[in-house]
Amino acid sequence: MNIHEYQAKQVLKGFGAPVAEGVAVTSVDQVEAAARSLPGPLYVVKSQIHAGGRGKGKFKELGPDAKGGVRLAFSVEEAVAHAKEMLGNTLVTAQTGEAGKQVNRLYIEDGADIERELYCSLLVDRAHGRIAYVVSTEGGMDIEAVAHDTPEKIQTIVIDPATGVTEADVAAINAAYGLTGAAAEDGKSLFPILYKAFVETDMAMLEVNPLIVMKDGHLRVLDAKVSFDGNALFRHDDMKALRDETEEDAKEIEASKWDLAYVSLDGNIGCMVNGAGLAMATMDIIKLYGKEPANFCDVGGGAGKEKVAAAFKIITADPAVQGILVNIFGGIMKCDVIAEGVVAAVKEVGLKVPLVVRLEGTNAELGKKILKESGLDITPADDLDDAAQKIVAAVG
Amino acid sequence: MSILVDKNTKIIVQGLTGKTGGFHTEQALAYHGTQMVGGVHPTKGGQTWTGSHGETLPIYASVAEAKDATGADASVIYVPPAGAAAAIIEAIEAGIPFITCITEGIPVLDMVKVKRRLEDSRSRLLGPNCPGILTPDECKIGIMPGSIFKKGSVGIVSRSGTLTYEAVFQTTNEGLGQTTAVGIGGDPVKGTEFIDVLELFLADPETTSIIMIGEIGGGAEEDAAQFLIDEAKKGRSKPMAGFIAGRTAPKGRTMGHAGAVVSGGKGDAESKIAAMEAAGIRMSESPARLGKTLVEVLKG
Repeated sequence: MNIHEYQAKQVLKGFGAPVAEGVAVTSVDQVEAAARSLPGPLYVVKSQIHAGGRGKGKFKELGPDAKGGVRLAFSVEEAVAHAKEMLGNTLVTAQTGEAGKQVNRLYIEDGADIERELYCSLLVDRAHGRIAYVVSTEGGMDIEAVAHDTPEKIQTIVIDPATGVTEADVAAINAAYGLTGAAAEDGKSLFPILYKAFVETDMAMLEVNPLIVMKDGHLRVLDAKVSFDGNALFRHDDMKALRDETEEDAKEIEASKWDLAYVSLDGNIGCMVNGAGLAMATMDIIKLYGKEPANFCDVGGGAGKEKVAAAFKIITADPAVQGILVNIFGGIMKCDVIAEGVVAAVKEVGLKVPLVVRLEGTNAELGKKILKESGLDITPADDLDDAAQKIVAAVG
Repeated sequence: MSILVDKNTKIIVQGLTGKTGGFHTEQALAYHGTQMVGGVHPTKGGQTWTGSHGETLPIYASVAEAKDATGADASVIYVPPAGAAAAIIEAIEAGIPFITCITEGIPVLDMVKVKRRLEDSRSRLLGPNCPGILTPDECKIGIMPGSIFKKGSVGIVSRSGTLTYEAVFQTTNEGLGQTTAVGIGGDPVKGTEFIDVLELFLADPETTSIIMIGEIGGGAEEDAAQFLIDEAKKGRSKPMAGFIAGRTAPKGRTMGHAGAVVSGGKGDAESKIAAMEAAGIRMSESPARLGKTLVEVLKG
């Protein structure tokens, strides 16, 4: 689960990390009061959307020469003028896709005098099965580009969960940045704070980019991006409350209510599959035969008839879907349950597009019989290859 | 021969009294008499579990007690996510040599703690978020459908449950059969990795070919490919076919499995396919052609 920058900073501030003062606003008439509550005279007006690349992003409604999604203001009046251009408009960044995202919230923040920009993130390093700091002196840049072009400028410091962040770990991070004096002292408190925040709130990723050294020699978290481990939200009601559903796809929200693993995609063949690997493989094979999947959908191993019907309805409700492929290899999942769910959903919402169903494994014959006897226009398939070819041909 | 489990493996169930644990224990007992020897429940020790066909198993209050009483050398865990890590740690502390955790949805930082405990132990963990392991006609731990297996010569290792079934089904249909199928699971932090299983398959004389199925996310496939290249230089290699799921998955999105995500420019399908091809694995473009691809490799 992703949260906004201003929320991430509140979380980090709660753990004692140095962040600038700031106020989140949702309408232009709140901007002046927000700015006047800050020290000034420099302000930063930042679009709050769940996507990176905001600074270089462009607003669809403004001209190509208009400023981006993160703007400096040298007076309260300028902050208000920026807000007028930004709020309600659509920001397109490298991460939003062409459609962009509507900016419904701005974060008005106190400006900082920047001496150096650094990169710091924490994540679970899969190779070690441990939390690691990823540090780079190339702050404010796209870290993927840094990793690609100058991998020697990125260091990874892996933390032993039995000890947590040690003095030696902090010294290694400080050394990687070349921090001295006040900044190095700040590092001694900040880097363990970031680890503590990560562990205690079950983050999946914490990215501070940039982490800045200010002209006064102190460290500050200038931008923060946080995502939480969805599997751990059950023990963090406070973090769960930070969810902003307006940033998420409506179909995915509906799917999450049914505990379906669902991801919206750009193609036009809807898929319903059991198992994440098989669901990805089904997308791949559709592409292999020249079409694009409209979604990833894993109904899971233990789905009942109602859940299958719910998944089917979410898929058919997508106007882009021109055909549906149901691909089930029953292990725990019984094929007759899938068949009953599909038949029930089709009878309720109708079927306007071709439907190909492949059933294999537990109770496959019974499932095929249920489909056949339903009298519905369903094309059966023998195996995954056959199924993919049939749905691709049917969509044309 | 087989790897990790056979007809002598004695298994206790953590989470036997739940619906999932009970159902799959019945299935295991019905599968060529897999030796399920008991269950564990903190407050139901001394009671007896009864399955829907009248099967019975003794319940013990702790893993340690169950191990002492039954001589179990394996444990399978069906405990819900919030308590699953504690269940694994209990099994490690009791000295169970082979622990399989089926549970999906364990917080990743819980698994970081578990992984650390494993380092200081002699236990091996399979999973979590995996379908388990099956040696045909001998032993079934977990949730794989027994009916599609056939005793034979192919070793199968996969991050995905249902794609494991595809590989099993296709190798059965090709008449090859399997020595053992191992589902290592879809989580980012897990116990047994590809390399551990490949090492065992390379060492097993009856496994004469291997299917390896990966998916996007992480670098375990690349690590495994490097391992295979290094072993081949020592003269150890077996014919292999492979598949990677997720070529069409968008960057940055988690595809069902917690570990199936291309992030930070790492873990995409193309680099995995290239690494595995470089290690001499014949990669199938289609998951429907795993069996046929292996047959082609074996024909030379």
